[in-house]
Amino acid sequence: MDLGRYLRNRLLQVLPVVLGIALLNFLVLQLAPGDVVDVLAGEAGAATPEQMAALRAQFGLDQPLAAQLLAYLGRLLTLDLGWSYRQNMPVLDLILSRLPATLLLMALAMGFALVLGMLLGTLSALKPGGWFDHVVAVAVLFAYAMPTFWLGLMALVLFAGKLGWLPAGGMVTVGLQGPWWVHALDVAHHAVLPALTLSTFFLAVYARLMRSAMVETLGADFIRTARAKGASEPRVLAGHALRNAALPLVTMLGYQVASLLSGAVLVESVFSWPGLGRLAFEAILARDFNLLLGILLLSSLLVTVINILVDLATALLDPRVQLHAPHGVRA
Amino acid sequence: MSLHRRTLLTRTGALGSLAAFGLPWWHPQALAQASGGKPVTGGVLNVAVAPEPTQLTSAFITTMNIGMLSSKVLEGLVSYDLNLRPVPALATSWDQAADGKTLTFKLRQGVKWHDGADFTAADVEYTLQEVWRKLHPFGRAAFANVEKVETPDKHTVVLRLSAPAPYILNYINTYGAQILPRHLYAGKDVLTNPLNNAPVGTGPFVFKEWVKGSHVRLERNPHYWGKGPDGTPQPYLDGIVFKFIPDAAARTVALEAGEIDVALGSIIPLTNLNRFKDKARYSINTDDGRYLSTIFLAQFNVRRPQLQDKRVRQAFAYAIDREALLKIVFLGYGKPATGPVPSSVVNYYSDQVRKYPLDLKRAEALLDEAGLKRGAGGKRLSVTLDFDGGSGPTASRPAEFIKQSLAKIGVEVELRAGDTATYLRRIFTDQDYDLMISSLHRLPDPTLGVQRLYWTKNIIKGSPWTNGSGYSNPELDRVMEAAADEPDPAKRKALIVQWQQIVQEDVPLLELIEQTWVTVATARFRKQQPQGDGLFASLADAWLEPKGA
Repeated sequence: MDLGRYLRNRLLQVLPVVLGIALLNFLVLQLAPGDVVDVLAGEAGAATPEQMAALRAQFGLDQPLAAQLLAYLGRLLTLDLGWSYRQNMPVLDLILSRLPATLLLMALAMGFALVLGMLLGTLSALKPGGWFDHVVAVAVLFAYAMPTFWLGLMALVLFAGKLGWLPAGGMVTVGLQGPWWVHALDVAHHAVLPALTLSTFFLAVYARLMRSAMVETLGADFIRTARAKGASEPRVLAGHALRNAALPLVTMLGYQVASLLSGAVLVESVFSWPGLGRLAFEAILARDFNLLLGILLLSSLLVTVINILVDLATALLDPRVQLHAPHGVRA
Repeated sequence: MSLHRRTLLTRTGALGSLAAFGLPWWHPQALAQASGGKPVTGGVLNVAVAPEPTQLTSAFITTMNIGMLSSKVLEGLVSYDLNLRPVPALATSWDQAADGKTLTFKLRQGVKWHDGADFTAADVEYTLQEVWRKLHPFGRAAFANVEKVETPDKHTVVLRLSAPAPYILNYINTYGAQILPRHLYAGKDVLTNPLNNAPVGTGPFVFKEWVKGSHVRLERNPHYWGKGPDGTPQPYLDGIVFKFIPDAAARTVALEAGEIDVALGSIIPLTNLNRFKDKARYSINTDDGRYLSTIFLAQFNVRRPQLQDKRVRQAFAYAIDREALLKIVFLGYGKPATGPVPSSVVNYYSDQVRKYPLDLKRAEALLDEAGLKRGAGGKRLSVTLDFDGGSGPTASRPAEFIKQSLAKIGVEVELRAGDTATYLRRIFTDQDYDLMISSLHRLPDPTLGVQRLYWTKNIIKGSPWTNGSGYSNPELDRVMEAAADEPDPAKRKALIVQWQQIVQEDVPLLELIEQTWVTVATARFRKQQPQGDGLFASLADAWLEPKGA
């Protein structure tokens, strides 16, 4: 099956999934007590019932649920994400202004987790039961078991508070002047702690996965064949073993994008990182549902698209895997 | 800090209201912030405010964090000293006629808006008529008696009142009545004006940018009207950056790391304050929030049959040890409240009211009298206690304290945490609760800040922060309404004292702790003039000592 057709089929299947998720989101949010007008009035300090009724009418909250749902779906189809009543700006603008920060954080965290996880897993697998293997096992257990936000806070106290090596939060130094690379370095400097913190849990998972896959692969026939042919050890590892052992990692990555997003909520809060995760959390507290629905919609899109990319990567890594859309007609 | 000292200070009232350095040398604030140091020009101040404001204009909203930010850009007619007496800002003088029905303000001359336009009486007239009276939650009440606003010349504003409104003078700072530029607002919808997020003001700092989720940047206003005592032009600072750090522990680290210089509005957890006790490196200010005069309270839902009997409510009052609550939960930051008006409101406070020292025997006796005998397992009754879990991880601590206190007299308390929206809905719309806890500002004037909680006419289903207890007492209503338009200060005070006595007899609300708002700053942060409304100070008179000084 050719790639273009495969992608088209997969993307067509994304639409109903995303719409279904949007519908579910909308209905689940109706269960939360109180609405955005309660929050706005509470923040203002006082409000008359007339004002509150006027606001509810303005936001369409006085309409029956079915009408609200239809209006929401109608807006979705025209790609209109609506207005955030609490932040007083279009939802799309808000999301677009916060998206790069979250994508950067996620990409960096995923990169750290993959590279370090593969490295630690491979090195552990070379001598299973050796001292290095034991040290990594303990470290991995620690990283897996510790709450991410606590690790982040401790890192903050140590590296920002006590040592002063890294900034205590935010993404940029306000008012910094200089060419582009100065700004890039500044962002990198700010990103180190949050990205590492967010990666710890995933790093632990990957290191374990990689170790077991590697141990298994290194005992496989084709590795013995390669060694018998006289291939050097690095070549055996990098060329033959790694490619096979990395497969379960890639599959796992697809599943974990969603939890990466939820992890971002905590990490962004601890490190004052101006991303979507934090925005989503605040939107829940403020009952700012237009905004929350927008973020959730975008997240579901992100997760499905990344899963398609993961399938593609699997096919590239493993020639035995055939690309075909689920329930699709085989070409 | 010694509470005893503070009461002494407020009792003496010997501080001149305009004396910039009117603090005795031994007063902690005098040491911390009104030092003899000469102001240094330059430097950018980093300030933490949390949560991030939703807009940058306070003219029609009372959210504290908006006020803390907008007050550097937009100004009011006055600010308030430590005794909550007005000090000139955009008004240089004011005068109230003997019958209390005319208020005259003389405005500062030569003041310009940040876009270069002249500031005149028309701006004040416009904002009062179109914004404060129509849109501001408290302004609607504060300016309700204004019949006519006259502007005989460019720098005079005269308010003609239908009945005296002595409280107006207590609510015209940048937090209560912020003046907007008429030429940029008139004829447009005030609430949706984009300038609400990018304000143009007369203040010492000019708005530059707001990166949502990150920071707001302000720069020095080179044409500001203010001058220091020695004639140096203000502001001294080159600029201010407000940083939004959502996590409380991260704020503590940022302050220790020197990334923020000032943390406004009690956003450093009380439990972390011991890390900032070193006076050589940090200052802790507990006066900045006097103007808000906040009291932490527990409120009954008196619609509940068992809570209608005032003996039951009095029993609860005798069972809660305010001193211990202050020490254990508030770590000493505050003082036990004696009634609905906090002691910081010097003009109207009275402690000649019924007192409720810890007295479990008396509490038990009162419950017995009310027919709530101890039943199986020693239990008399069960109540729910609602609190807003959205206000931070420590929100549950006072609730747990009250639960344990009431257990001693056989009252079982079930704690219910909700986020803010859930909590507001439950208390004010569904009215489905027994007890709730909250902290509410009482403001320098009881008519504006306290009456709303006890007044029959303010029992409004669905509106937050109204009279949510459902308490209704015609005699009290009469006293409060009389106090509202009594022009004679002595008579007015007598009425407000009577009001405090009635409320403390009936206790529909348990007024527990007068909270202090804590500002933690680096010792390098200095300010010439301490203010009772320091949370909303313009910071024109603030500077940063050079590092290593």
